[in-house]
Amino acid sequence: MRNRSSLIVLFLLIAAGLAGPWVAPAHLSQFSQLWLFMVLALSWDLMGGQTGYNSFGNIVFFGIGMYASAIVQVGLVYPVAEYTAAKGGGTEFVFSAEQLHAGLALGIPFGGLMAMLAAIVFGALLLGMRGHYFAIATLGLAVAAGELAAGWNYIGAGSGMVAPTPPDTVDSVRLIYFLSWGVAAVALLFYHWLLSTRFRMAINAIRDDEDKAEALGHFTVRNKMTAWAISAFFTGLAGAVYGNLSRFIDPIDIAFSPEIGVWMILMAILGGKGTFWGPVIGTIVFFVAKELFWTYLLGWQRVALGALIVIIVVFFPEGIVGWVKSRWPRLFTSPGKGDAGEAERDREAAHA
Amino acid sequence: MQNLQLLLQAPVFNVQLLLDGMFIGAIFALAAIGMALVWGVMNIINVAQGEFVMLGGFVTLMLVEAGFHPLLGIPAAAVVLFVLGWALYRAVIWRIVDGDMFISLLATFGISIMMQQLMNEIFGADVRTVESGLGVWFLFDGMVTVTQVKVAAFFLSIVIGLLLWLFLKNARLGQAIRATAQNARAARILGVDTDRVYAVTYAINAALCGAAGALVVMAWSIHPYMGLPYTLRSFMIVIVAGLGNLASVIAAGLGLGMAEQYAGFLLGAEFQLAFVFLLLVAVLVGRQITLARKRQYLK
Repeated sequence: MRNRSSLIVLFLLIAAGLAGPWVAPAHLSQFSQLWLFMVLALSWDLMGGQTGYNSFGNIVFFGIGMYASAIVQVGLVYPVAEYTAAKGGGTEFVFSAEQLHAGLALGIPFGGLMAMLAAIVFGALLLGMRGHYFAIATLGLAVAAGELAAGWNYIGAGSGMVAPTPPDTVDSVRLIYFLSWGVAAVALLFYHWLLSTRFRMAINAIRDDEDKAEALGHFTVRNKMTAWAISAFFTGLAGAVYGNLSRFIDPIDIAFSPEIGVWMILMAILGGKGTFWGPVIGTIVFFVAKELFWTYLLGWQRVALGALIVIIVVFFPEGIVGWVKSRWPRLFTSPGKGDAGEAERDREAAHA
Repeated sequence: MQNLQLLLQAPVFNVQLLLDGMFIGAIFALAAIGMALVWGVMNIINVAQGEFVMLGGFVTLMLVEAGFHPLLGIPAAAVVLFVLGWALYRAVIWRIVDGDMFISLLATFGISIMMQQLMNEIFGADVRTVESGLGVWFLFDGMVTVTQVKVAAFFLSIVIGLLLWLFLKNARLGQAIRATAQNARAARILGVDTDRVYAVTYAINAALCGAAGALVVMAWSIHPYMGLPYTLRSFMIVIVAGLGNLASVIAAGLGLGMAEQYAGFLLGAEFQLAFVFLLLVAVLVGRQITLARKRQYLK
């Protein structure tokens, strides 16, 4: 899609989100989840689709962001250890509206930054690996993080942690919706911009042939690291908001949930990895499918999701956008010079 | 570090830990042999490995509940899983054999999720075990307990591993499998039906895991979500031991079993799994560093 019309569609999508609380007041928390999942899928795709490093462990950044934000939100007002020891505390630990807002304003960016920091540390260790070694190492990291969080008493160990309970005076559902929408809007615009720059070509070069890219003088290590840090930052932001959305933070079922970890990959692949609109469309389609499964296949929904993974990956690996692209290639080529569309067409021609 | 002092003061506990580690390590080695086989021959990392172990356990559980002897569960689980592995190959795996490595990882991951959830729906999430009917030995005045079924599991897994080795070495089909592993295209030219070889390889892997699962349910316990740690352990063992060497796979398996027992004892049981996963990351990082130092391709 040409860059300008793509940007217009994006603005329309974001503007439509602004109307959410008035259009679908009963389903606001589902829509909050949808926005956050979109951020997760796009962030995964920056590494998996664009850079060619298929991470199974991006959920680590989600969990780190979630816990870091919750610790800040609670820690501003009460000692964290006492708060978690009291299991979220009911009547003793009350948060006023100002405390809640201050906590969110500080905690969410902090969650993103901590995730970014973690990405830089892990990146130094893991980004030298390639292919399946990288994938399995990140998977190991993700499950290890869940186990460690489940054993750490400061953050509530296995019984989890509760994000601050908003006072009755705050319309928390609407507040969280606008936070999710805001994070998604920033992420969508940022990724849209990032994928129109030369940085995209640099990381695509890593995906296509890392050794050649390096031989041509690309700073591959720096580029990989930057991509992973950006991806982790937004994943951490989404995690920080998600902790407030679900309110209860369970180390293995929510924060470091392998399930959400697979979903973000699946959403990106379903839509078409390596494109901007792929993860966005994939998230929407996946979300509808998930809600339908949860409604009509009660009890068997997770079995159906497993089957869905196999079907998508085996029979439909190029995704929705990839399918449209091979069907109507004209839509994606622009008459202009040297933009991303042309680079993509050249790449496909080279592959064919 | 209270437990460390305990170990130093009463060295006999070391014996207990080493023995337990050895027994469970043999099972890890069995699953790892299967993973090495599929990896070497088909170039697929089977993430559903642990789920095959779990299914083998549930097959045995069902047999015992139907009134059969638990030892019968080992061949039964192997046969059932062989058929399942064959069916999975014919349904899904053959489509991803020559494809992208990430696709095969994700597809087998999907299969593993499906199996977990299916077993969770059918049997519930409880931890299950089967009474083997074998006794217990007490050594060192009762300081060390050795359940006989664990000893049996240990020797049986070694025997199964050796049988597989003999099969690969001498049987006609085993030779075809090895030929395919060396060069699938050349094997095809020389008349090997590689598609069938792949199917058999995947089915043998499933059968090995099924047998391991039957031993696990008798000597330890199973539940629907036990699979992933087994998969990651197999992966770790294969990386450390390499693809072609049975003896070093068994050695690595035993080593991992013992290390894990020590970690569980010293750090507390709640950190045992975290230790396994972090060890995996450490092994991969270590491999990375040695490869980089030798200036080898980091693939």
